[in-house]
Amino acid sequence: MELGKDLVAASATPLVLAILAEGDSYGYAIIKQVTELSGGHLQWTDGMLYPVLHRLERHRLIAAKWGASESGRRRKYYRITKEGRAQLAVQRQQWQVVDSTLRGIWMKARTA
Amino acid sequence: MTISADRSPLEEQIAQWRLYLRRRRAIHGPDVEELEGHLRDQMAVLTEAGLAGDEAFLVAVKRMGSLDALSREFAREHSERLWKQLVIAPDAAGEPGKATRIETLIVLSLAVAAAVAIKVPALFGLRLSPDDELPPFYARNASLFVFPLLTIYFVWKRGSDVVRGLWLALPFAFGTVFANVYPFRTGSDTEVLTALHLPIALWLAVGFAYVRSRWFADGERMDFVRFSGELVIYYVLIALGGGVLTGFTMMMFEAIEMNAEWLVAGWLIPCGAMGAVIIGSWLVEAKQSVIENMAPVLTRLFTPLFTVLLLVFLATMAWTGSPINVKREVLIGFDLLLVLVVGLVLYAASARDPQAPPDFFDGLQLLLVVSALVVDGVALAAIAARISEFGFTPNRVAALGENLILLVNLAWSAWLYARFLRHRGSFADLERWQIAYLPVYSAWAAFVVVVFPLMFGYR
Repeated sequence: MELGKDLVAASATPLVLAILAEGDSYGYAIIKQVTELSGGHLQWTDGMLYPVLHRLERHRLIAAKWGASESGRRRKYYRITKEGRAQLAVQRQQWQVVDSTLRGIWMKARTA
Repeated sequence: MTISADRSPLEEQIAQWRLYLRRRRAIHGPDVEELEGHLRDQMAVLTEAGLAGDEAFLVAVKRMGSLDALSREFAREHSERLWKQLVIAPDAAGEPGKATRIETLIVLSLAVAAAVAIKVPALFGLRLSPDDELPPFYARNASLFVFPLLTIYFVWKRGSDVVRGLWLALPFAFGTVFANVYPFRTGSDTEVLTALHLPIALWLAVGFAYVRSRWFADGERMDFVRFSGELVIYYVLIALGGGVLTGFTMMMFEAIEMNAEWLVAGWLIPCGAMGAVIIGSWLVEAKQSVIENMAPVLTRLFTPLFTVLLLVFLATMAWTGSPINVKREVLIGFDLLLVLVVGLVLYAASARDPQAPPDFFDGLQLLLVVSALVVDGVALAAIAARISEFGFTPNRVAALGENLILLVNLAWSAWLYARFLRHRGSFADLERWQIAYLPVYSAWAAFVVVVFPLMFGYR
């Protein structure tokens, strides 16, 4: 099953924020984690993550710092900011509303 | 970057890919590095899983997504980096052709309206002709002929509602009142001051229309600053063309023994000057790309030159000990110097990536600001020492007020720059300070227009 483009785009922000809320990370690791956690259903085109990261950085929801990777290359690490955590809380509520609404409809459909 | 002496074919391929990325204008150096890091991480995992190097490369590149789509996403996020409309519009907007045609039509109508507006007072006996002196009415009201039309353009372009448009009409109504109710003596200082300051005060209203309701949103006001600078550049270019047109008009009609002065002075120049504001704004809006690089280039070019000038001036003054000869124009001259330095700081800030670490150019900017502060301090001291001799005239009070406003801006900018250079603060602080300060200029200009004539008895 592949998710639609719009849904992937809409879920990108909360996913990135939620992953960074667990700990600092970098682009490749974030994508790997998303793929693993979604059991492979959420497949991002790798490059598309970076504009999302840069947008979040511009809005100060996350902050970036250049560090070194295990192999010694330069690597950009991201961490969530206080604003980011606040935004994540908001997003979480919003997604819960969507989730519970859909559940309600489908429950009714099943009992009807 | 790990480029070994014996470049393997794989490294060669990666280098090629990097080159392709770099050619995309929306993707900058550090972004390329970040993406390359990603590519290598991906390849490392794939190689571990048993793929050969070049296989891993192909898979990793494929997963990265098409370069076109990628650079479009980057362009969307970093829209300041290139022409938004050329890259994004073709596939985002459904019918670009039609929307462009409507806009062209509206812009042309507004430009014609501005050209007609400047001729309306002639119906009431205020003629523009080469023989008479320019009626001061025109100088006082110049901005009122065209700024409201420019505001209408932005209200339409940004899709603001009518109520908002009516609110924006208020400043212009006030402007009209204060430009015309006071019984100025013809050619008096306060009248000239009104003519000079009213456009500055009203430009803020245009700014409100430009940024729509998001005056306090990040970046919107900076866009307006960019727009203003680029409009000036476009306007100068159009004026140059207009000058050529004027020259030819005169020359050709003279060749058939006819004097075209009335046409040039009465129609061509005033109508052209008004219409060019609208056309210039439209060009800036439509073709941001060409000029977007212009203001920063000029800034980069002239920041070092002005820094050298100021330093040499200070050194010469210290060496020879010759004091500043306080004449009538000196204060205004130093005001203009500060305006220029603020402009350089502002446009350097508008073009800079706020996330980039401090570099040599930032140090140069700080040096420019500090030396301008020192020079202005010396000039102010000289003027203050003799202010009792001068007495207070409207011109001097206005010039002194402007000097103080600019001095405050620059002093705080220098402080923020120094903090930024010592890694104590971010560049965004400086940018925010500059744009937060913008309304101060307009407020002071409005104060000069409204209060000065009363304060100085229309002198």
